[in-house]
Amino acid sequence: MKSLSDKAIERLRAGADEPDLAGTRYHLLERVARGGMGVVYSAEDEKLERRVALKVLDVPGTDNDLANRLMREARVLARLEHPGIVPVHDVGTLADGRVFYTMKFVEGQRLDNFIEAVESVQDRLRLFLRICEAVAFAHARGVLHRDLKPANIMVGPFGEVLVMDWGLAKILHAEAASADCASDPQATILEKPKRQDDASDSTKSSVITGHGTVMGTPGYMSPEQARGEIGALDTRSDIFSLGALLRFILTQKAPSGIAPRLDRSLEAICAKATAEQRDSRYATVQDLGQDVSRYLDGLAVGAHRESIFEKTARFYRRYRFFILLILAYLAMRVILLLVLKR
Amino acid sequence: MNKILIGLLLGALLGAIDGGTAWFTPAVRAQIVGIIIGSTVKGLIAGVAAGIFARKVNSVPLGILFGLAVGALLAFLVAYMQHGYYLEIMLPGSIVGMIVGFATQRYGASAATTPATR
Repeated sequence: MKSLSDKAIERLRAGADEPDLAGTRYHLLERVARGGMGVVYSAEDEKLERRVALKVLDVPGTDNDLANRLMREARVLARLEHPGIVPVHDVGTLADGRVFYTMKFVEGQRLDNFIEAVESVQDRLRLFLRICEAVAFAHARGVLHRDLKPANIMVGPFGEVLVMDWGLAKILHAEAASADCASDPQATILEKPKRQDDASDSTKSSVITGHGTVMGTPGYMSPEQARGEIGALDTRSDIFSLGALLRFILTQKAPSGIAPRLDRSLEAICAKATAEQRDSRYATVQDLGQDVSRYLDGLAVGAHRESIFEKTARFYRRYRFFILLILAYLAMRVILLLVLKR
Repeated sequence: MNKILIGLLLGALLGAIDGGTAWFTPAVRAQIVGIIIGSTVKGLIAGVAAGIFARKVNSVPLGILFGLAVGALLAFLVAYMQHGYYLEIMLPGSIVGMIVGFATQRYGASAATTPATR
């Protein structure tokens, strides 16, 4: 008797895991990634004839709790209509009872892959500001992301930045929460990676610490989130993650192979955003974004008190073009004077 | 900062420096204050003209050429009134015009943006 090869078994297993989309308007194309509590596939919307991303619970017959949580994630996303947040198109239930939702299929690169192609600090900071805008919008709608990290940011082919995977999102304000969200006071998504490869990279995978405990990603989650203080989480927890994200964006190597030098103002911004004590962090994402914008405009940042030398250097950097023009003019004038005196 | 303001500030600054160099010519040292004021106004006019031109025409070579022409013309008028020092006045004045012509083309907002409406 012939035994099946490991590859064949793997293929069969993958085929068995694929969701049955019969009875829906979608046609499955391929598996794309694994999200918060399910698998993301690319699918074809047969009615609208467009490609969508379809997120579905990865195991049929899972409990209602997970189904409710996936539905809740879809509703959170539906509430967040913003160019920087991936829009939800549809929700539904498969024949096997699995809940799914479809969203815009983002053709782009994950931030951790994309950032290496961005050479200048200015461009990296502008990209970061777009992330801040999306997160600030979510905060204004009373939603915390709680799992901001490079793997959850996508950069599209036209430079559009999209914050993905709101599976760990928490609704902050009671008035913002819908009825079914209110039935989930902890608003916490719990899910274990099912496969070895899904959990292989600990720095990229969300950590599970047990029921009722907030998850996140080491290095990107705030200390209070790591301690599981669910009640203590507020927008400053996301600000910590944004600070860690900013440090990542700024210290990744450029195509030239050299990591951009982090100057003191940027270092101070990162340090303030990722302060151990949340009271020491920026109060809002707008404040963080404003400091980054001030840096981009060549102005002093609130997080760092400059010395006179730093002020002079910043003044020179800001007006370098004009200073050089005036110096060039003066040099020319001196030459003219010497020539005319002869 | 818009182009006209850049032209105005840079033109005035370079014009003042330009006038200040008259101190190195002993024959006119006594009139240094008047020369500096006149030269500043001359640079200012050239700068504003270059700024207005830059808002209408987006071309570095044409901007430089326009600045050169305006600077040279204004400097010629000054030299004509002085009845002399044509080279000493016109050469630096033309270069100031070129510099502001270049600066206004390369830098500054070309026009006020209309705020988006809901």
